[in-house]
Amino acid sequence: MTCTEFIALLDDIIDGSIAAETRAEVEKHMHKCGHCEVVFNTTRKTIEIYRSHQLYDLPNDLRDRLHAAIMARCKKGC
Amino acid sequence: MTTIQSIAGQDEQHPDVALVEQVRAGDVSAYDTLVRKYERQIFRIAQHITQNREDAEDVMQDAFLKAYTKLDQFQGNSKFYTWLVRIAVNESLMRLRKRRTSKMVSIDEDLETEEGSVPRDLADWAPDPEQNYTQAELGQILEKTIKGLPPGFKVVFELRDVQGLSTEDTAEALGLSIPAVKSRLLRARLQLRERLSRYFHKKKGSRRAGPRVARAES
Repeated sequence: MTCTEFIALLDDIIDGSIAAETRAEVEKHMHKCGHCEVVFNTTRKTIEIYRSHQLYDLPNDLRDRLHAAIMARCKKGC
Repeated sequence: MTTIQSIAGQDEQHPDVALVEQVRAGDVSAYDTLVRKYERQIFRIAQHITQNREDAEDVMQDAFLKAYTKLDQFQGNSKFYTWLVRIAVNESLMRLRKRRTSKMVSIDEDLETEEGSVPRDLADWAPDPEQNYTQAELGQILEKTIKGLPPGFKVVFELRDVQGLSTEDTAEALGLSIPAVKSRLLRARLQLRERLSRYFHKKKGSRRAGPRVARAES
């Protein structure tokens, strides 16, 4: 497996959706290619960080205000 | 679209379907439940696309109001949330077009740029690198990092990786093909990784170990 082939499969590797025999090749490649191992680990970490630190959270007071505005208009038939 | 149909064809009924039916029967309080359930996610999507807090507030309200008035057009063969996302994305793009009159904005334009599709920064990160920053600093870094991505990349990343939608649901919500979602997701992930590397590198001799330095060292 080449690095280009590894990168093309990166999403499937991260999402755990590759076949068992491909997985063995992927692991073999990562074992000998430090760069691809870093790309795999840091990409997975990127996702993890964004998932655990959600951006643009809606503050409760704003949420209540927008929610009330939406529902008031729906009750009037918009 | 066989995959989407087969998902919709499963017997188990999504809880939203019952709520939608109640709203259609005139029970507005059932809509209240749906709004509460999805308002945060819709706000985030709108903010990602418009990059503007006031626009995101307006888009969120408009999307829920439009969904309410168009509820009769909602076909039970898609999930309510993916249908709602599609409305919110269209509202967001309309808002963006109004602001950027000179530039077409679209979620499905084929972005030919190869930027970030080949990893360049190959230096490893510090273990738990986010712990080197306060929550506020980390928030700023993550926001700054994702802001520079094209809207179509940001939304795919948000739906797939942050909100956890399937590739099929993301494709349906955005009106994109499955290969297009996959291609955007890979590029979004790689570009975010590349940009975050600047902040999360293991500290080495140099304080500003750029990509070329990192490659030479490794």
